[in-house]
Amino acid sequence: MNARAILAIARKDLKVVSQNKNVIIPIIIIIVLFFVVVPWVIGLAPTLIHGLDGKLVSIEGYLAKMPTGMQQEMAGYTISQKVIMFALVYMLLPFFLIVPLMVASMIAADSFAGEKERKTLEALLYTPTTDRELLIGKMLSGWLASIVVGIGSFVLYAINVNAAAWPQMHRIFFPNAMWVVMIIWVVPALSGLGVGIMVVASARAQGFQDANQVAGLVVLPIVGLFYAQVAGAMFLNISIMLLMGLIVWIVTGVLIWFGSRIFHRNRLLAA
Amino acid sequence: MDTKVITINQLTRRFKETVAVDNLSLEVHAGEIFGFLGHNGAGKTTTVRLLNGVIEATSGSMHVLGLDPQVDGPTLRARTGVLTETPSLDERLTAWDNLGIYADLYGMPKKTIKPRIEELLDEFDLADRAREKVSGYSKGMKQRLALARALLHKPELIFLDEATSGLDPVSAHHVNELIERMARREGCTVFMCTHNLVEAQRLCDRVAILEHGQLVALGTPAELTRKYVRRLDVEIEVADEQAEIALKVLRGMSDVVIGEPKKPNGALVVTINHRESIPDVLACMVQNQVRVYRLAPQEADLEQVYFTLHEEKEGVS
Repeated sequence: MNARAILAIARKDLKVVSQNKNVIIPIIIIIVLFFVVVPWVIGLAPTLIHGLDGKLVSIEGYLAKMPTGMQQEMAGYTISQKVIMFALVYMLLPFFLIVPLMVASMIAADSFAGEKERKTLEALLYTPTTDRELLIGKMLSGWLASIVVGIGSFVLYAINVNAAAWPQMHRIFFPNAMWVVMIIWVVPALSGLGVGIMVVASARAQGFQDANQVAGLVVLPIVGLFYAQVAGAMFLNISIMLLMGLIVWIVTGVLIWFGSRIFHRNRLLAA
Repeated sequence: MDTKVITINQLTRRFKETVAVDNLSLEVHAGEIFGFLGHNGAGKTTTVRLLNGVIEATSGSMHVLGLDPQVDGPTLRARTGVLTETPSLDERLTAWDNLGIYADLYGMPKKTIKPRIEELLDEFDLADRAREKVSGYSKGMKQRLALARALLHKPELIFLDEATSGLDPVSAHHVNELIERMARREGCTVFMCTHNLVEAQRLCDRVAILEHGQLVALGTPAELTRKYVRRLDVEIEVADEQAEIALKVLRGMSDVVIGEPKKPNGALVVTINHRESIPDVLACMVQNQVRVYRLAPQEADLEQVYFTLHEEKEGVS
């Protein structure tokens, strides 16, 4: 395996995608909206809206229906603090997974399908890279980008959450151990899965938009996770995170193995 | 020493019902500029893809630089360079980035990359705008950059797929000059797909003509014109006062069609249906005491060969 060629493909894709406003602008909008605006709205609401505590009493009943583990973690806090913790630490957690997954999917969708559209694929196919190097290089670019965006977003979110909620919380309460596990274990796995699915889909699609349609399907399980968390049907704790990460890593590994077996440059020109 | 760089033996490639390359056999020798001629869809690009191991053959065999493209694709592609029909450049990147990334993909030694890129950018007249995005380049500049990329790793064999397609005459001339200079100076073999017959005539040592995936002619341009172009335009210059007699004699010959006299010298222009009849025409004129000052057959070119073969082929099918 030629690591230099793999890195060259990834470098090329990252350079090209960094110049593509259609990819960069939606990512920036979502990051700013979810990881800057939302923490400040939720964090400052109890401070800015007078008498909100009284109105939040009804929410206490809703929080009481949440799984025991979550309730134990929030025990001892005021109702405003509980609402902030629930919203910023638990409710938005699955949403956080969407961002790196979305980045991975968009870049991966642009990989082969985008190159076909821009008519740059053929020159790449004439290089001495093997089919496997080509596939891994394409996957690596999406994966690396999603990891960088994931970590960057996490740092941004942590700063904003603690700053916005400081008047209520009076301490740094974020991140907890579950978020750390998510960042270092689940996000890379999930990004790998998204990239794997999208690169294989992209290799068979005619253009970026065709491939990007699959991205919607990739995000669906995360949306389901969000609703399960909000409805109290599921409580994401460290054990579940570790297990979820393990399963996703295994599925990703199988997908990459399968992808490398069915991927041939021969078919790229025929698709 | 004559070394075969490409050997193709009964090569066929089908795409479902379509036969893109049909039982093709030919050889290309080291150091030659080989023209691969045919109309759009004749199978030229498919052949280039097959020869580089980018697609697989349905049947037949081929060897390129002593390697089987279907087995040794990556090794082979490290030794070939391909200029695709569209420049296939990343337009959001600069010329320097485009070349730098491909230098890594071709595994060039790190220390040779910078001087080689500088050399090519200078050679191809792109050095001043090397740090600009390719999207701002003219079509000719893009094609020159794509050619520079194909030559970056000093390939032994270079494939050019419609290298001047869509370029204005000045840009096309510039690209052709570069191709010829690089081929002769660096000693690489050139496999040139084109439907530009004038270009092929000027540049190529030998040509193959492809029709619907089948090889219909192979040889040097001169060999092909001798073999396939039977009809010849001939200029005949006679004494002014004998022009009428000469015309009368020529009208009496079944193999001759008389055209408009050529200006400004007033030479007669006739088309002779068979090359072999030229001595008979001359003999007949002499027998009729016409003083012939000059009899000049106009050299047939590849264009005539191509259309003759095309008409024959279409006539058969």
